[in-house]
Order: sequence, then C-alpha cells, then structure tokens
Amino acid sequence: MSMTMTQKILACHAGLDQVTAGQLIMADLDMVLGNDITAPVAVCEMKKADPNAKVFDKDKICLVPDHFTPNKDIKAASNCKMLREFAKNQEVTNYFEVGKVGIEHVLLPEQGLVVAGDCVIGADSHTCTYGALGAFATGVGSTDMAAGMMSGKCWFKVPPAYKFNLTGKLPKYVGGKDLILHIIGMIGVDGALYRSMEFTGEGVMSLSMDDRFTVCNMAIEAGAKNGIFPVDEKTIEYMEGRAKHDWQVFEADEDAEYEKVFEINLSELKPTVAFPHLPSNTRTADEIGDVKIDQVVIGSCTNGRISDLRIAAKILRGKKVADGVRVIIIPGTQQVYMDALREGLLEIFVEAGAVVSAPTCGPCLGGHMGVLASGERCVSTTNRNFVGRMGAKDSEVYLASPAVAAFSALEGKISCPM
Amino acid sequence: MSDVKGRVFKYGDNVDTDVIIPARYLNIIDRAELSIHAMEDIDQDFVKKVQKGDLMVAGQNFGCGSSREHAPIVIKESGVSVVIAKSFARIFYRNAINIGLPIMECPEACDKISAGDEVEVDFTGGIIADKTTGEEFKAAPFPEFIQNIIKAGGLLKSIAEEKK
Repeated sequence: MSMTMTQKILACHAGLDQVTAGQLIMADLDMVLGNDITAPVAVCEMKKADPNAKVFDKDKICLVPDHFTPNKDIKAASNCKMLREFAKNQEVTNYFEVGKVGIEHVLLPEQGLVVAGDCVIGADSHTCTYGALGAFATGVGSTDMAAGMMSGKCWFKVPPAYKFNLTGKLPKYVGGKDLILHIIGMIGVDGALYRSMEFTGEGVMSLSMDDRFTVCNMAIEAGAKNGIFPVDEKTIEYMEGRAKHDWQVFEADEDAEYEKVFEINLSELKPTVAFPHLPSNTRTADEIGDVKIDQVVIGSCTNGRISDLRIAAKILRGKKVADGVRVIIIPGTQQVYMDALREGLLEIFVEAGAVVSAPTCGPCLGGHMGVLASGERCVSTTNRNFVGRMGAKDSEVYLASPAVAAFSALEGKISCPM
Repeated sequence: MSDVKGRVFKYGDNVDTDVIIPARYLNIIDRAELSIHAMEDIDQDFVKKVQKGDLMVAGQNFGCGSSREHAPIVIKESGVSVVIAKSFARIFYRNAINIGLPIMECPEACDKISAGDEVEVDFTGGIIADKTTGEEFKAAPFPEFIQNIIKAGGLLKSIAEEKK
C-alpha cells in the first residue's frame, strides 16, 4: 500500500512498515516542546502523576518561555521561575532564558533542533510550522506534553491527507502568508480538520524556507493536524550547518492516496487579508475598501523571520508611519534581531517611527507589548483574528503579510502593494 | 440509565479557545480562579448561571485555535458534564479526553436541542435524551481505550491506574 509523506514519517517512528489513515499508533518522539503558558501546566501534571518522574531524554525536550516574556507581571514571572527550576532540576539542555530565547517556532528550526524526518509534538498549536522542513510536527496540549516528556512517546491517529499542487511563482510583494490565507479562505477554518496538508508541485521550488514556515505555521488555522513540504535543495541548504541531529528524507509515494487535490497557480495570487473574526474571512487587495487602523504589528511565529523584516524595511525605508498609527516590530529571535541590526533594518524602522521589541509572542495573543483597547483596529502579521484575540473583545484584528502591514503603516488604513 | 443530566448552554460554530478562556488569564495556574473567566468573551452570564451537571451544545469545529489545555479545564471546572458538538477541533478533542472532560459528536442533536433544554446522556450507549422535547439522539460511542481514559479522569490518571 502506498503512503503519504506524513504517513511514512509516522510509520517509521512507530516501527511499522506500513500505516493507513485511521490507524491508531504509538510513535517515538524526536522533540517535545513547551512554552511558558503550556509547560507549567505539564510540569504540574507530571509531578502529580509521579513526584520523582524524570524526563525521558534531557536533549529531546525544549522549554521556550516566549509568550509572556520578558515577564509581563508577577504571575507570569512565577510561571517562568517554576519552569526555570524544573529545567535545572531535570538538566534539560534546551531551556532558553531571556537573552537567548526567541519565539519557539522561529527558534527551533533556526537552532537546528528540528530537522527533516523528525516526529515532534509541541504544547503549542503552531508546532505544525516544522512541516516546512519535511518533519511531522503537530500541536498537543499540556497533558500530552507531560506524557511525552515522561515516555518519549505519543499516540496518534494516522491522518488522511489533502494535496496542494503548486505551480507558477509568487508575484512581487505576494508571499507565503498570502498563499496560506488564500487556502484557508478557500477551504475554511475546519476545511482540513484532522488531515495532513501536503504541499507539492514545481511551485514549491520557488518558495523560500521562510515562506514555507509561514504556510505550515497556519495549517492549524484550517484545522489540519500538520502541514508538510517535500525536502529539496533549499531545505538541505537551510539545515546544513545548523542541524543538531541527523535528518532523514521521506517522500510521498507517487500513487499515495489523497482525499482531495487542490491546484494552485502561485502567479495568480494577490495580496490577501483576513478580516475579523476568522482567518477564513479573506478578501483580496481589490476587495478591501477603506479600513482605517490604529496599530500595526509585524512579527510572530508566522512572520517574524529576517525575510519578513527585510520586506517591511524595504517599504518603510525613508518614509514615516501615518499619524495616529502605532507600529510595533518584533524580530522572532535574538539571531533575527542581530541580523536586522547588522543589515540596518532596525534603524530604518526607528527612523520611520516604529518601535522594535525584544522577541516575544506578546501582542499576538493579547498578552503584552501592544494590547488593543475597545474599538481599536490592528493590521497584524500574526495568525489569529478571533474575538478578543489581541485585547478588548470589540477590538479587531486583520491578518496580513509583512508587505501589506508595512504599506498600511504608511497609509493609516489597510493598503496593499499593487 | 443516564450518566449525566442538566440544562443546556448552546453556542454556534467555531467556538475558539480564545473565547473559552482569553489569553489574558493564562498566567493563572489555579483552576478555580481560572474558571471564573470561562466563556467570558462569548457569554458573560455563563459563569453566573452554570450549575454542576449542565451541558454545552455547539456547532462545528468546537475548540479551534490554541492548544491551551486551560480551555477544556475551565469548562470541566465550571461543572459542565459533557460538551456535545457537530465536530471538534483536533487539539481540543485530544485535550478534553486527556483531562477527562466527556465530549460527543452528534450533528443531529446539535441542530435540534435548544438552549435551556433539560438533557440526559448515557455515555456507554451514546444516547442523548432531550427531556424538554422528548427527542432522543445517538452519538457514536468512543472506543474502549478512550472511554477508560475518561473514566479514570484523564490520561495520566489512567496510566497510573494501569501501573497498579
């Protein structure tokens, strides 16, 4: 029987020659991830289950306090303190303190902690980002994380898959964000529920690794279990020099079964914005109308990588953000921050009247560093625009690419590069 | 023989984890304190009105969004005995089972049951009985290993029981 790329990775990690959609399997994990929101709950559960429990492998746990850090209040600080002590007691290798920490899904690939062929769970829904590397990665809750930390294993129901066959090449100022928003707009927020989204076709080659991370990052926003790209020269080049363990390349069988196949011509895509309050509520550049804004956020696990900041800087260079608009730029990791510093991007942002923050998830989930008041509107390169996501329950979030966000910052209303 | 019995709180499609428990409260670890804010951004009266045993009935893709286990935790902590939806987002589905919050998928029941109805549920048979209207619905029961996790009160408790 033929298998999809995802099914092959799962079969290998379950020690099986063959798996089929719907089968329940127990798989070995290459990495178990948690952050300052989810890991404290997992640590409490682990201690409750067994006060003397040890993690299964101190090199295969990642603890990344990135959501409410630098600590936003006393409760957040206490959670981070608990996590820090746990990491120390358990001798967890990959604990990242402020000064080294970055947004988890930008940080782990950058540090080579996840590579092609891995089977990864993370107590964060956007763990699916690592599919860009050709890994199986999916979000779970704190209890699964606790069980994963203790046993190094997790049960899965083998998912069926949808295939997205990409052709052509993205036009100027159209990126991975526009592609994934287009797809979510087309299939809906539960359009790929429980399924793998496998991206394939000659169009893949033209997508940068950063574009692929953005696309896989939002697979969960279509309800998917994972998103995944094939491994090509760009993937290998990205992993070389940073991989902390060996990678393994899996390919879908040519006759693998897909429940649906979608054909997408990248050259036909337009800048796309998701209006409140669902990521599927998309409109293309020509359908947006006049939407005045109060804030712009450029950053997050979706679009906080160096190429995202380069696009924003190209648009903001030598210009000033519109009066009355607050622009917050958040490099995803310390490395992204340093690269942006050396390339002069940070100077361009500050000259334009934007603020640059330390790496944090912060405003994306209404934590800190740019929470919205009642009635305010924000164009954000983040991934969710649910009711109250970035602050007051009657505030509004418009999801867009870094290019659209930067143009909007200059115009004071949602504006697309045409 | 019913396992649970209560009044229905009814919601629509795509009830996301940000409205079940807004992220601004995720710095709270204490479950009782956290659950004061359950459903706050979608239904301010929920916490005031909910009584032990009450049910939630909703549309498609219940619990979409974040992986926060705090979402099923606050629903369970506020006394809700079961969530019945047309479908569940996959991480919420896992989390609910893992923490021992009973959930059922039954589109027909979700269309026909109204807010405030008195409903009884028999988990073993998957029977949902609306005592207000007299209608009965059948949901597919969980496989045995998942029923055992829910009965034990969650994944880690069931692992502990297996070890005994």
